[in-house]
Amino acid sequence: MTSATFPSGSPSSPPENNSWNRYFGFNTDAKVIGIQYIVTAFFFFLIGGLLAMIIRGELITPASDLVDRTVYNGIYTMHGTIMLFLFIFPVLNGLNNLLIPTMIGAPDMAFPRLNAVAFWLVPIFGALLIASFFVPGGPAYSGWWSYPPVSTQNPLGHFVNGQGLWITAVALSGVSSIMGAVNFVTTILRMRAPGMGLFRMPVFCWTALAAQSLQLIGLPALTGGAVMLLMDLSFGTSFYQPEGGGDPVLYQHFFWFYSHPAVYVIILPVFGIFSELFPVYSRKPLFGYVYVSLASFIIVGLGLIVWVHHFFTSGVPQWMRNLFMVNTMLISVPTGVKVFAWLGTIWRGKLRLTTPMLFCLGGLFNFVFAGITGVMLATVPVDIHVSNTYFVVGHFHYVIYGAAVMGIFAAIYHWFPKFTGRMPYEGLGKLHFLLTFIGANLNFLPMHPLGLMGMPRRVSSYDPEFAFWNVLASLGAFLLGVSIIPFLLNMISAWVRGPKATHNPWNAIGLEWLLPSPPPEDNFGEHVPTVISRPYGYGSGEPLVEHQAEIERQLTLQEASA
Amino acid sequence: MTATTGQHPTGEHVNHNLTGFIIFLCSESVIFLAFFSGFALLKTNALDWLPPGVEGLEWRTPLINTVVLVSSSGTIWLAERCMAKQNLMGFRAFWLLTMALGGYFLYGQAVEWQGLQFGFTSGVFGGTFYLLTGFHGLHVATGVFLMGLMLAKSFIPGNYAGGEQGVQATSLFWHFVDVIWIILFVLIYVWQRS
Repeated sequence: MTSATFPSGSPSSPPENNSWNRYFGFNTDAKVIGIQYIVTAFFFFLIGGLLAMIIRGELITPASDLVDRTVYNGIYTMHGTIMLFLFIFPVLNGLNNLLIPTMIGAPDMAFPRLNAVAFWLVPIFGALLIASFFVPGGPAYSGWWSYPPVSTQNPLGHFVNGQGLWITAVALSGVSSIMGAVNFVTTILRMRAPGMGLFRMPVFCWTALAAQSLQLIGLPALTGGAVMLLMDLSFGTSFYQPEGGGDPVLYQHFFWFYSHPAVYVIILPVFGIFSELFPVYSRKPLFGYVYVSLASFIIVGLGLIVWVHHFFTSGVPQWMRNLFMVNTMLISVPTGVKVFAWLGTIWRGKLRLTTPMLFCLGGLFNFVFAGITGVMLATVPVDIHVSNTYFVVGHFHYVIYGAAVMGIFAAIYHWFPKFTGRMPYEGLGKLHFLLTFIGANLNFLPMHPLGLMGMPRRVSSYDPEFAFWNVLASLGAFLLGVSIIPFLLNMISAWVRGPKATHNPWNAIGLEWLLPSPPPEDNFGEHVPTVISRPYGYGSGEPLVEHQAEIERQLTLQEASA
Repeated sequence: MTATTGQHPTGEHVNHNLTGFIIFLCSESVIFLAFFSGFALLKTNALDWLPPGVEGLEWRTPLINTVVLVSSSGTIWLAERCMAKQNLMGFRAFWLLTMALGGYFLYGQAVEWQGLQFGFTSGVFGGTFYLLTGFHGLHVATGVFLMGLMLAKSFIPGNYAGGEQGVQATSLFWHFVDVIWIILFVLIYVWQRS
């Protein structure tokens, strides 16, 4: 066992089914599924983005002149729903599929077939949701959270209607996410490489474990609430109808019991990405590894007891408002710990401003801004003042686009060479970063003054006094739309004919960088290396695994002969 | 900081089905938790809980049903004991008995539903009653179906020689369904005064 620890020993190692069509079928390899997830997610991202362009096009003038008001209601509803359930969650599950098995040295996920089923549900409920544009009455128009009584109206009386399709799609998305979560948690708990105790696990796996635990705890509540909503809408029950003894606020509890933790499901893996990338591009170990890892689970615990802050104005008793305000503010402690850890990591590091690092720095900047407005929103009096205004929209988009999506872009640029075997182009990447960073801030910063001035969200016309900031926001949005062009150009051209990537182009430390690029189907196969130290040993010269020098020499030889 | 936990022997896929199933059950329990808390909230806030003309729920027949379901948790445990002792015939006998008890519970519930003078749409009382008992009944039916599957698999020669995670998982699921019913019985039938 001393000299036989080389991954994929055969020098030829032609990936047998390395053809394009494996991406279009039922494949159980986590690396194929990961790319399927990401590509599908970006397909829906373009649809959701197009809807965002229509929204900002409508809002560039105070009058409601671009689309009909009812159509506008459907557009912002579908924009939110598509971006969350068909873009963010699938793209993160794609990263989970690519990164978790390779980072922990597993050959695949624990349940490969379940994994594939979970993926194929995404295009199915995606098609269902898009189909709602074409049913009589159009798509759901009650906002992405679908509060009753608006969401239980069915004026045209069709049994198949936009709202019903919306609920079905969201419930299917929940089923898919639960399948994924069971798989990810089992894989992380049971399939780690020898020597990789929990406290030797990369932080991305910690945050994925935390995020997927949240899915498991939170999603069933939303599913339960959605089932009751569908019953009210289609079968005449009155769970949320006051006239039958029901309570519309109950739905808000169910919805936010999941959908608040859902933002942690989104942001926790991005924290993981930051924690992976800052050490690589600062050439320093992650500052406070144990605290960063454990903070994820403190966020899970606190994240489950803050949901009422989404509806302080819905007739919630004062003691509840106070309790949930304090809980919400407490979350800034573990998140603050993480932010300090990242700053401690880049402090006096040898910074390399590559595309992924720029996206990380930009994402961190936006996240801190979003965190500050988040604490403002947690404060009951401020929240009541800006409730349902553009302040909330601005805060949310700083978190989701400013921090999470930028972190996801960072991850894509960073791990692209590993899973495609090609290097993305730096120039296009930096252009993409610049457009994204300026566009996002120009788009979402003006929403804060608008909200403070009292502009309500979800309206297609507004008082002319709000025009100035709205024009700025719309210009920012169009810039964001343009920013996708260099990204797509980069991804497609790099994948087709980019320069060949070595096994470790960024000089990073981690099990995934001890695999060839792209990794063989079963990753390390029978030769899983034994982990002998903590991750992020930058500058220490300490090897991560046994026989690391030999493994790397073998990989370099392989690349030289190829 | 412990050196290793739960790594897998190189190359071999270990069976993680039971781990995955336990994680799934934990998650599934949250749906019931959501329904239970929704029920409690709606009931405590209701002005008129019972629909007009309904006096309350008859609890004697459901109590018999409860006893049947709870004792089936015992018989499935006995079946597992037989399995551990490699007594395949004993396993099948107790397993079949458990299925019969589960079937009787479903039958009893169907009879009860037929005799009720309120429906699914009779306000929030009817809605929650049928939602909770129906969703639980769906789980009982799933349990009986899974048991049938495991019973059929026991006829494959040598299939259960090294223990079988499917049997363990099914039995765990059955205990879960049982515990849920006890909470449900207390909520719906015992707690009748609002």
